[in-house]
Amino acid sequence: MKKVIILGAGTGGTVMANRLHKRLDKKDWSITVIDKDNVHYYQPGFLFIPFGFYTGDQITKEKSKFIPKGVEFIVSEVERINPQNNLVLLPDGKKIPYDFLIMATGAEIAPAETPGMLDGWRESVFDFYTLEGSTALHEKLKTFKGGTIAIHINEMPIKCPVAPLEFAFFCDWCLRRKKRRQDVSLVYVTPLSGAFTKPVAAKRLGALLEEREIKTVTDFSAERVDVAHKKLISYDNREVPFDLLVTVPTNMGSELIERSGMGDELRYVPTDPHTLRSKQFENIFVIGDATNLTSSKAGSVVHFQSEILADNILRAIEKRPLAADFDGHANCFVETGRRRGILIDFNYNQEPLPGRFPFPVIGPLPLLKPSRLNHIGKLAFRWIYWNRLLKARSIPFIPARMSMAGKKIPEQS
Amino acid sequence: MPQKKIGTYTVDVDDEGFLTNSAQWNKDIAAVIAKEEGIAELTPAHWKVIEFMQKDFKENGAVPTIRKLNKMGVISTKELYEIFPGGPAKKAAKIAGLTKPAGCV
Repeated sequence: MKKVIILGAGTGGTVMANRLHKRLDKKDWSITVIDKDNVHYYQPGFLFIPFGFYTGDQITKEKSKFIPKGVEFIVSEVERINPQNNLVLLPDGKKIPYDFLIMATGAEIAPAETPGMLDGWRESVFDFYTLEGSTALHEKLKTFKGGTIAIHINEMPIKCPVAPLEFAFFCDWCLRRKKRRQDVSLVYVTPLSGAFTKPVAAKRLGALLEEREIKTVTDFSAERVDVAHKKLISYDNREVPFDLLVTVPTNMGSELIERSGMGDELRYVPTDPHTLRSKQFENIFVIGDATNLTSSKAGSVVHFQSEILADNILRAIEKRPLAADFDGHANCFVETGRRRGILIDFNYNQEPLPGRFPFPVIGPLPLLKPSRLNHIGKLAFRWIYWNRLLKARSIPFIPARMSMAGKKIPEQS
Repeated sequence: MPQKKIGTYTVDVDDEGFLTNSAQWNKDIAAVIAKEEGIAELTPAHWKVIEFMQKDFKENGAVPTIRKLNKMGVISTKELYEIFPGGPAKKAAKIAGLTKPAGCV
């Protein structure tokens, strides 16, 4: 009997367990999934919690519920991967051999990377990338008297690079609804040179920030947080004062990757950008946030990768050449407040453009423009996530590879 | 592909002035680009960064990040910002004749 081990039962690991369970011959292959816990979060939901739009139980389920019958699920830390000998080592001394390994170990926040950030942790400095953080922030916002809220990205890359923008738009919207907007100034602090990584979207999203009276501080690379004096300080000695800091700390891959000596300086695994195979080991594949790829760290990306990865594992088993099919495709709804959202669709080479999605002219979803339908799409996605995406059921009209249909290249101004 | 005259040399560059063929790079070109970027003189500290970046690029096919320079003990991030003021990763890569550092899409 041969074995595939999947490390991590988040979005990527769960989808891969479902795909491979359908496609591998059960006479010859067994699949084992290992994760340190049994709690699956719908991570896009964290954003909604500080504003009371969602509660924790709406975005939390058991991981084991999504692992298909016939796939072994072990809840345990992993001590180390020994890729030279094709072994996964557990803390209790157990060694599990594999023929193929899929690393779906994700990314996590690492606030300790920034000096001073933990001094005011969950008192005046909050994250919204964990259930604990967004729940604590919900309580804080209820009693916030007024002043400056700094919304901050510490270092790229981060999971869901649009989430801090969405947070800013939600903040503005909620304050206006409560007629308290005049008591709060909102500052968006980013290491990028604009609101987004690519020019057309950066311009449109930047204009939205301006329209909502959210001040932007760009090219700001934070050296430390001075909690006592309530300010962020950059490497080039600029300062941003705050009363409340909502930060996206540095994101890093799992510590397991560092312990196993398999990662780069952010603990991400060097991965072939098109085949998703590890650059170092022929029988190791990587999916989602754990990769060092420049594609977005987002659930849609994992979904697109999973189709290609499943094909490539079958090809590797049959000793056929891998398909270099992954194009960096991402498809993200961006909440802009006021019950509207923007949709962006892009890949490694093609930046997000305006237009219609998925079909030219008829759409129905407008790209890069706030609309009610996109907002409804974002809310519907939670159902799609639990019921279709995790179980590797197809999502109609959204192929793994990006399509240019409906996209419009704006004229140079 | 756009070309640019630097001193007596003509080099291939991208839209933002990054060399697209690192074989065309030399130290004179580096000094001229540095001046354009507001660095009057390249000191040994600058050269340490430039040379590491070139070596790492050759080995890994990508411009090393600021975090990597710090972690590998080449230069502290604070000092890097001091000697390459305003966007050190981009500036140092440009002077080193490397492609623009890959940002995320």
